[in-house]
Amino acid sequence: MATRAQFENSTDIGVFAKLTNAYCLTALASSTNFYSVFEAELADVIPIVHTTIGGTRIVGRLTAGNRHGLLVPSSTTDQELQHLRNALPPSVAIQRVEERLSALGNVIACNDYVALVHPDIDRETEEIIADTLKVEVFRQTVASNVLVGSYCALSNQGGLVHPKTSRSELDELSSLLQVPLVAGTVNRGSEVIGAGLVVNDWCAFTGLDTTATEVSVIEATFRLQGQTSAAVINEMRDSLIDSYA
Amino acid sequence: MVAMDYQPDAQGQESYILCADCGTVISSANGAGLCVGCLRNTVDITEGIPKEAALNFCRGCERFLSPPNSWVTVQPESRELLAICLKKIARPLMKVRLIDASFIWTEPHSRRIKIKITIQKEVLAHTVLQQTFELLLVVHTGQCPACTRLAAKNTWKASVQVRQKVTHKRTFLWLEQLILKHNAHKDTISITEKRDGLDFFYTERNMAIKMVEFLTGVVPIRIKASEQLISSDTHSNTSNYKFTYSVEIVPVCKDDLVCLPKAQAKSWGNISQLVLCSRVGNTIHLLDPMTLQQTDVTAPVYWRNPFESLTTVADLVEFVVLDIEPSGPVRGKYVLADAQVTRASSSGNNTDDDGMGDDGIYHTRTHLGGILQPGDTVLGYHLTNTNFNHDSFEALDQGRIPDVILVKKTYPNRRRKSRPRNWKLKSIAKEAEDVQEGGNTVGRGALGRRGGVDQKNVERDYELFLRDLEEDKEMRAAINLYKAEDPTAANAAGGVADEDVGMGEKKSGSGLKGGKRRVTIAPTSGTAGGMDVDEDMGGEEHTQTEGSEADDEEEEDFPEIDMDELLEQFDEMDMDDGGAGMEGSQVV
Repeated sequence: MATRAQFENSTDIGVFAKLTNAYCLTALASSTNFYSVFEAELADVIPIVHTTIGGTRIVGRLTAGNRHGLLVPSSTTDQELQHLRNALPPSVAIQRVEERLSALGNVIACNDYVALVHPDIDRETEEIIADTLKVEVFRQTVASNVLVGSYCALSNQGGLVHPKTSRSELDELSSLLQVPLVAGTVNRGSEVIGAGLVVNDWCAFTGLDTTATEVSVIEATFRLQGQTSAAVINEMRDSLIDSYA
Repeated sequence: MVAMDYQPDAQGQESYILCADCGTVISSANGAGLCVGCLRNTVDITEGIPKEAALNFCRGCERFLSPPNSWVTVQPESRELLAICLKKIARPLMKVRLIDASFIWTEPHSRRIKIKITIQKEVLAHTVLQQTFELLLVVHTGQCPACTRLAAKNTWKASVQVRQKVTHKRTFLWLEQLILKHNAHKDTISITEKRDGLDFFYTERNMAIKMVEFLTGVVPIRIKASEQLISSDTHSNTSNYKFTYSVEIVPVCKDDLVCLPKAQAKSWGNISQLVLCSRVGNTIHLLDPMTLQQTDVTAPVYWRNPFESLTTVADLVEFVVLDIEPSGPVRGKYVLADAQVTRASSSGNNTDDDGMGDDGIYHTRTHLGGILQPGDTVLGYHLTNTNFNHDSFEALDQGRIPDVILVKKTYPNRRRKSRPRNWKLKSIAKEAEDVQEGGNTVGRGALGRRGGVDQKNVERDYELFLRDLEEDKEMRAAINLYKAEDPTAANAAGGVADEDVGMGEKKSGSGLKGGKRRVTIAPTSGTAGGMDVDEDMGGEEHTQTEGSEADDEEEEDFPEIDMDELLEQFDEMDMDDGGAGMEGSQVV
């Protein structure tokens, strides 16, 4: 199921939330409406944590993580780190990263097995990513954008990438990730996928502006309605390729 | 190993997404994530551009208002009209790119003008939309300010009344030429002649002020401004005035003799009280012919203590130079000289007129030493022969008043030949002949339209003015002369034959032409008097052959007018509408 939400009148919910298969982070807001949307879907399944990172609310853009771990930037305070440690399950490793590109959410896109990272990221950081998140790391770009975290959203079922990603690039990325990828938009034509969409293996949250068409693409891509991956591939490929080949 | 080049196929470079709104498959190239149809539904690039506007149209003159405040005649469906229409929405159009605009035909009586406008505008990044819309203009009829004024018989807003309280028109004839040369009459809507001067009318106050500024620059004047309240609106705090500028020109003209009050003469460098006015520019130049001392009098200084001319050009009489001897001092073109002169007309009957029994030979000092030769004819004031009613003059020591003051050289032999002029002057008004229907023609420009004696005076003044121009290079340089296509015709049109001028002169025999000649004329014309107004040209020529003694020869030092000085004739320089007749003027 894909659910629409907005954070204090902003539809870029990916900026203010981070969703994985093992936990969910949301920013502290003046009301709990945003939190409630997540709670309604995820309560009793995974922990939902209210937090700030380095005193800011843009937790989605500053952190990167999957079921195995969570990476936070060097600006994170000890208090915040302690709070996260207390709130997250023990199986999740938390690691503070000394990286020049401190918006980790923008420079890292990952699922539970593979991570795409900014081409200029430190070698040490790359090792930390591989160790903490237990993933294979690839330095990549998406549609010529180096901010891979901003321009794609990944789960273990599939991935949505920047609308201008060419077919050959899609093929290349999907062979790295071993999941089907689809180019698309969120929030009524916005190409900043990572900012408009948070997704895990069984649910997704998108900005309030996202149209029905975009939601259907998202649900199909991430197999949120019980389709098999073959069905997704066939259906999407049919409409995207066959009619225009 | 063979390196393999990676060749991305064109197909692989394209990407397709679903339109966010309608779900159709589109290329992602447009950056909006929407198909063209959905994008167009979403954004209206004509937003903020009015679809309806009003055009102002004057019923009286059938002109359209071109913002902000000019009224222009335009054809229906013309480019000019299109421009006016588009100006109505110029500001919002700044934000988009105008691609095309054209008229949609509408029935003229509907008072509606429709324009189809195509515009482009960039929406989002790199996405340019083009859209066509209709602009409906409602033609509002009304009156333009010009027609309103015409209907209210209220055609002018400001006037300049130029006056000079003298008996002749030379100043205004000269002023007319200056105005023509400097194009100062371009805004004038009407010119009328009044007693002692002219009225210039303008639609705007600033035009009148400009005229006044021009006059300030060329003649010494005194200005008085006044305004008359026509109407006022207490709500908008605006009011409507008529402005009048009364401009009085100094009544002292070139070649006038002036007798200054003693105190004044003292304060101006102790100049002699009896001075000649040598030139009038925007100051008065006074010259003492006995010492060559000069002084300038500016308009403010003059009006603080105005003085009158003692005697004027009309009182000049002709003298013949018997002997002349430079006495030393030279200042500019003036050379002080001792001269011995006799009345040109005294040989016959005049010698004894005054009963003085002298020999008719006068000794005097003159500033004309540089140009006078024995035998020349010169114009001067005969003071011993004249009675003045002037306080300052009477206060002078009678023993120190010269008998004669010579003023300027003259060329009577030249005048005697009735040669046509090869040049002419423009007039602000049309030529005198076609000015008015009323019949009493002949005046010069607006001058002399009142006919009668005044008209005659104007003709005489005009002829004198032309002669002044011929004899004075400096004066010519300040104005424009034009070639006459047919010199004979020009002279005829130019109005007055030399004789007529002579006629207007007083019988004293002091006319500009030698009195001698006149005496001989009398028998031919068959009239008893020395000079007859009705005398015609034929008679004159006759007398010339008969009566001239030995002076047929050319005046070798006559300041001839070079062909180079003359301009080609340009008809458009005439003011074309008769209503705006303008007129003569000259300051001497």
